[in-house]
Amino acid sequence: MMSQLVIRRIGIGIILLWVVSVLIFALTQVLPGDAAQIRLGQQATPETLAALRKELGLDIPWYMQYVVWMGNLLSGNLGISAAGGATIESLIGNRIGNTVFMTGIVALISIPLSVTLGLLAAMFPGQLLDRIITTGTLGLIAVPDFFVAIFLILLLAVSLGLVPAVSYLSGTEGFWKSVYVLALPIATLVIVVSAQMIRMTRAGILNVMGSPYIEMAILKGVPRKRIILRHALLNAIGPIVNVIALNLAYLVSGVVVIETIFAYPGLAKLMVDGVQTRDIPLVQACGMIFCCTYVILILVADIASILSNPRLRHPK
Amino acid sequence: MSDTTAAAGQSPNPDIYDELPDAPPKSRLRLSMVGKVSVVIVAFWVLLALIGPLIAPYGESHFIEDDVLGNPIDDPSFMLPDMGLHVYFGTDYIGRDVFSRIVWGARTTIGISFIATLLAYFVGITLGIAAAVAGKWTDAILSRLVDAILAFPNIMLGLIIIAAFGSSIPLLIFLAGLVYAASVFRIARALGQDIMVQDYVEAARARGEGLWWVISREVLPNAAMPLATDFGLRLVFVILFISSLSFLGLGVQPPISDWGSMVRENLQGLGNGIGGGALASITPALAIASLTIAINLIVDDISAQAGGSLAKKMN
Repeated sequence: MMSQLVIRRIGIGIILLWVVSVLIFALTQVLPGDAAQIRLGQQATPETLAALRKELGLDIPWYMQYVVWMGNLLSGNLGISAAGGATIESLIGNRIGNTVFMTGIVALISIPLSVTLGLLAAMFPGQLLDRIITTGTLGLIAVPDFFVAIFLILLLAVSLGLVPAVSYLSGTEGFWKSVYVLALPIATLVIVVSAQMIRMTRAGILNVMGSPYIEMAILKGVPRKRIILRHALLNAIGPIVNVIALNLAYLVSGVVVIETIFAYPGLAKLMVDGVQTRDIPLVQACGMIFCCTYVILILVADIASILSNPRLRHPK
Repeated sequence: MSDTTAAAGQSPNPDIYDELPDAPPKSRLRLSMVGKVSVVIVAFWVLLALIGPLIAPYGESHFIEDDVLGNPIDDPSFMLPDMGLHVYFGTDYIGRDVFSRIVWGARTTIGISFIATLLAYFVGITLGIAAAVAGKWTDAILSRLVDAILAFPNIMLGLIIIAAFGSSIPLLIFLAGLVYAASVFRIARALGQDIMVQDYVEAARARGEGLWWVISREVLPNAAMPLATDFGLRLVFVILFISSLSFLGLGVQPPISDWGSMVRENLQGLGNGIGGGALASITPALAIASLTIAINLIVDDISAQAGGSLAKKMN
């Protein structure tokens, strides 16, 4: 019963990955029209046009182009950047570690922080601490990510001079030095992601608190703290893991703005630069990496909630 | 003429029934203090978007070149506020009046976001209700299509489409409309499915009402309130989406002023602190934040009244 559901969900995940690849290909290579024509402009002669089409692999029907593109992608050959002529593997290779490093630290800080604060808020609903947390997080999820970033820059980098405002890494720094250089982007992402996670954790626990067996425990006279920690929390673990995976998926969008504002040499900054110069092969490759990560994290979130549902563990 | 008599026939004077024991519950909306302040803030920005150009001291791409006495200014970029020149928030990185650009930008930012949200709602509700009512393969095809759109992080879909087609205002409206139509579709479809299995719909079907009658008289009115509340939240998401794209330099293109792009253009002023040009980047960011927080607080107020939050019942 449960394994069937998990396998089914993985199957859907694989189909979604395929759909994402088709859509990225269609949006960037098929719909905009003939790339060779666009690149050569009005003065193109039929001969130069045909030559460039052949060079770009556009002389075959679009579905064959997709097969070639997909084949190259799967064999790790991501193509050549339209802007600089460098291979895309070399461009991405330098950047991907930076992005993984930063998001990893953000996850390590924000997950325990948000679960604790969400739990505290749910323990004392309607009281001062809960009101501060819910109002604060409501405000934070309502503002753009760059809003949080520029206020941190102004406060911590410009007024107090504690940390650098631009996150440049030469690659030779040690771990703590890197964290220091990255303090502002990490702080911004932690704040933005945690706000969402705290609210969802709180809602998840309060949701469990509304179920009949908790009412039974309240009527029996079990102390409130014990109800939350022993009765509610265990049943809220599934929803909480789900929330964590969903918010790590949210980081995928968060890094786009944050890497740009702090000029951090990560994958998202590379992609935004690629969009600005309209470097289609680069955008395709980065887009595939980000979208696949996103789909996989959502898949993990769904599987977590399937696995943690005790009703599915003991089928009747 | 017939209109007025029909209206009068329906409810001659609704107030006289209020004291009866079986009077219908009043559904008048009472906002909290925070909600009222938020309504004032949103109304202020909407008003500014409508009449902004009449108030703005300068055009959105007017360069400040002369001081009060008419002498040329050496370096007009990141100038401090100067009340005599009507430069209330200083100038931006190339010497344009920040206050005027915020006023003009209200029209761009709010206008684009509002039209895009309307588009998302029109498409999302039409297809969502259609999927709920028609069911079978219509539902299956539309739902899979929406799943495909939602498999992308919003901003990624934005980046990919802008890389392929270049950025323009119609494209931004279409893009935000498409992305958020997918989530509106999900809500409208779920609401529609809930309503379609209610007894009153079955009763209407049994007495022989047509499909269109059921949709327009039963489904749409019952789905209207939840969808209206959601409109506010969706508008916030669209504003954040479009501002983020503009902030990345991929949204509204210069010289048109827009709050997201203003924050980006003037980022370099941030390093000089409040006294040296940081205002040019902070004020548009504050404008976005005040608008989106206010809309959120109004929605929160309304839904707290409608549903009553669990937290309140707990104590």
